Amino acid sequence: MKKWLVLLLSLALLLPLAASAQEVVNVYNWEDYIDEAVLDQFEEETGIHVNYMRFTTNEDMMVSVRANPGAYDVIFPSEYCVERLIAEDLLAEINYDNVPNMSYTLENLLNPDYDPNNAHSVPYMWGTVGILYNTTMVSEPVDSWGILWDTDYMNNVFMLDSIRDTMGVTLKYLGYSMNTRDPVALEAAKQKLIEQKQSGVVKAYQVDETKDKMVAGEAALAVMWSGDAQYAIDLNPDLAYAIPKEGSNVWVDCMVIPKTAKNKENAEAFINFLCRPDIAQKNCEAIWYSTPNTEAIELMGEEYTSNTTMNPSAEDVANCEYFHDIQDFIAIYNALWQEVKNAK
Amino acid sequence: MRKPRLFFKKFYLAIIMLFLYIPIVVMIFQSFNAGKSRAKWEGFSFRWYAELFRDRSIMQALQVTIAVAVIAAIIATILGTLAAIGIYSMKKRPQSVMMTLTNIPMTMPDIVTGISLMLLFLFTKVERGLITMIMAHITFNTPYVILSVMPKLKQMNKHSYEAALDLGATPGYALTHVIIPEIRQGIITGAMLAFTLSLDDFTISYFTTSPMVQNLSTLIYSKARIGIDPTLNALSALMFVALLVLLIIVNRRTADNSQKA
Amino acid sequence: MYNMSLPWWGWALMGAGLVCFVALVALSVRRNHGIKRSLFASPYTLWMIIFTVLPCILVAYYAFTDANGAFTLDNFRHFWDSNYTKNQLYAQMGPEAAAFISRGTVNVDTLVYSLWMAFLCTLISLLLGYPAALYMADRNMKIGSTIVVLFIIPMWMNFLLRTIAWMSLLEDQGLINNFLRLLGFDGVQLMYNSGAVLLGMVYNFLPFMVFPIYTSLSKLDPQLGEAAQDLGCNAWNKFVRVTAPLSLPGVISGITMVFMPSVTTFFIPRILGGGNTMMFGDLIESKFLTEGNWNVGSALSLIMMILILVSLSILRKADPEGEGGSLI
Repeated sequence: MKKWLVLLLSLALLLPLAASAQEVVNVYNWEDYIDEAVLDQFEEETGIHVNYMRFTTNEDMMVSVRANPGAYDVIFPSEYCVERLIAEDLLAEINYDNVPNMSYTLENLLNPDYDPNNAHSVPYMWGTVGILYNTTMVSEPVDSWGILWDTDYMNNVFMLDSIRDTMGVTLKYLGYSMNTRDPVALEAAKQKLIEQKQSGVVKAYQVDETKDKMVAGEAALAVMWSGDAQYAIDLNPDLAYAIPKEGSNVWVDCMVIPKTAKNKENAEAFINFLCRPDIAQKNCEAIWYSTPNTEAIELMGEEYTSNTTMNPSAEDVANCEYFHDIQDFIAIYNALWQEVKNAK
Repeated sequence: MRKPRLFFKKFYLAIIMLFLYIPIVVMIFQSFNAGKSRAKWEGFSFRWYAELFRDRSIMQALQVTIAVAVIAAIIATILGTLAAIGIYSMKKRPQSVMMTLTNIPMTMPDIVTGISLMLLFLFTKVERGLITMIMAHITFNTPYVILSVMPKLKQMNKHSYEAALDLGATPGYALTHVIIPEIRQGIITGAMLAFTLSLDDFTISYFTTSPMVQNLSTLIYSKARIGIDPTLNALSALMFVALLVLLIIVNRRTADNSQKA
Repeated sequence: MYNMSLPWWGWALMGAGLVCFVALVALSVRRNHGIKRSLFASPYTLWMIIFTVLPCILVAYYAFTDANGAFTLDNFRHFWDSNYTKNQLYAQMGPEAAAFISRGTVNVDTLVYSLWMAFLCTLISLLLGYPAALYMADRNMKIGSTIVVLFIIPMWMNFLLRTIAWMSLLEDQGLINNFLRLLGFDGVQLMYNSGAVLLGMVYNFLPFMVFPIYTSLSKLDPQLGEAAQDLGCNAWNKFVRVTAPLSLPGVISGITMVFMPSVTTFFIPRILGGGNTMMFGDLIESKFLTEGNWNVGSALSLIMMILILVSLSILRKADPEGEGGSLI
């Protein structure tokens, strides 16, 4: 009995320590943001082992990237964080000889403001922020952010526990830019959010938990990213997604390589792999965000192009705004957000 | 007159037990639910158990958890036992200094311990990972080992060690053949305590590891934030059964031992 | 596949420590014909200096310095005024912005709220736990030790999993509400509020209250009670004059063991409170991991540490022998 136990324990000990000294790539991606089978396929095809790690918000990711130099080879920040990371000189330039599949990228996403000539970043997915609502609980048309303040939906609204997104949609609702540096606008947005919380409309502030709770019918309305919304709609046909008329946020999540990366070539191989049309299609069908891959769109055909959540109209996109790096203003955003969270 | 009062006492304890076990029972039921929903029963299935063993992040986290718990418990037990013997034979003043030092990590809130260790690793630019997690676990485990061993040392006959030396034993022989057997029970308790604490720790691990090396607690924390994941229910059901079996085995063995004695 | 790397000096330090220890022991063996046993504690002392004393000094260091390493008290002003940086920026931006300058009370409010929640949690645990411990220690019950085991088993399961399990009971579409609806009642909102957070805390920390009280009660000599009865005490008087005072060390130890972890909890509010409420632990965590502001985070940690030390010393005064801590 005792011997068996010892043997078992020593086996358990040795297993995780074994299997080192092999080609690896350390990937740091959002929670639930890839088809995990793709990772196995990459390992099979290239022999490179993938260490896959996850984060929940851009802010957490940025702190971790600064605090753990050398830990990551590929990261997936949103465009305004790419801008920040470039400004902090933390990103390596990508050698496009190793990423030929970049040629499949949608033209309107190439050479963006946040990263001229895509020197440091390759688009992975893009999408919008909007309202996911349950049509059995909401009868009126959802076309304005104002519905999130409507006291008919007492205790029935999920907000995002993500500073820029929540402040952003409130600013939009009040008619300001999402990137404003005007204290009057910011304080007004804070006041509006506190008012919303105190009126009892908000049920919870959360991030990734929301989609499953919306599927279960826990709330009538939720601020959501388009892909999570599509995931929920797919599981519960009562749900629908809308981009309010005041405009919203459009974003691009990118793949970048930190300067401190230990396996830069493996990282480029991984990025190139994710840009391969069949792989991009798999990921798109698993997480329901909009793909920047022209060939993958071709492969998915009607099913993709006719879906307004995944493939919003050009007008809707034109009405939306990209986030920009707000630099030292982040301290102001943090303080405002904490006051909202603290309001009772 | 006694009977109804006894009944009330039993009833009260039963209510408390109900409070403690309801969520666990619910979790075990859900682990056999074919559907993903937490509230609706969609039929019996082992689906989530199959997925559990396929999920490589859970399997890896399980290995990390056990590896860290075993390594940290072994090192903490050695370090703590030696320290207890050393502190016990110290003079009054240094002894009280050492005991205060030992009490610090036990009185500090987990979050502060975790953060202070994180600052240490960041400050010294040591990359966080498996080794730093083990170091952190040794740090919070060792005081518990010392506190388990100390009382046994106090119960021991003070002069048996000297007597052994007088009778010609080498110090090493006296240590392994006189002191250690006397305090064995304390060492075992300490090791068990260290192992358990290490298995259950979340806060300190959370701050002292990188996202690359996750133990069960940190993995569960990140999974809980995504939403419903019935594989976690399957995992907890298995853990519960394993613990129950372990407990029964231990009980049997102690019962056997006491019969022999 | 895992990062096993320590910097070279890390290994060197560990090696040097080991060599020193062996050399010291060897030297003392030759001199005294017997190992000086107090030397056995030296590896532990070294370990504690590196991993306990040094980290505490680092927390203090960061708490009293700014991002450039210069001495400052700003981090504590930050605690008092959570808008400190914001106000400074506004002040530079002209009169329109300056009109919005105001003291932010987030940090102080959160601390007060955490203390209040911890107090409630301790009180409820005591009220629920004391009778439980008393009944378990009752010799007529004969099941005390079984109940102890039953208390321990859930503690061995991951407490995050246990807390998540409560979620499926409390949700709007959860079991309790579905059951209520089945009976024809309206659903009630059980989750996403302070009550749910409190429930989660009591659930997790109740055993820490029960064990020390049970230990001190089961050590009581039953003859004491009989003597009291012989001297004419009724049951209530016996409890108030004999049992309760003698179980005080256990109660105090229980209060310490429940109060401390509840002030610093930081995951239960997020899981059961839906992020509507913030506790001091959440605040510290967000300072470090979301804002990356180690200095203010350290200052908050330091305040927390001092608070705990003060409350501990008060409790120690109430229990000078420290008997109650016998369980841990």
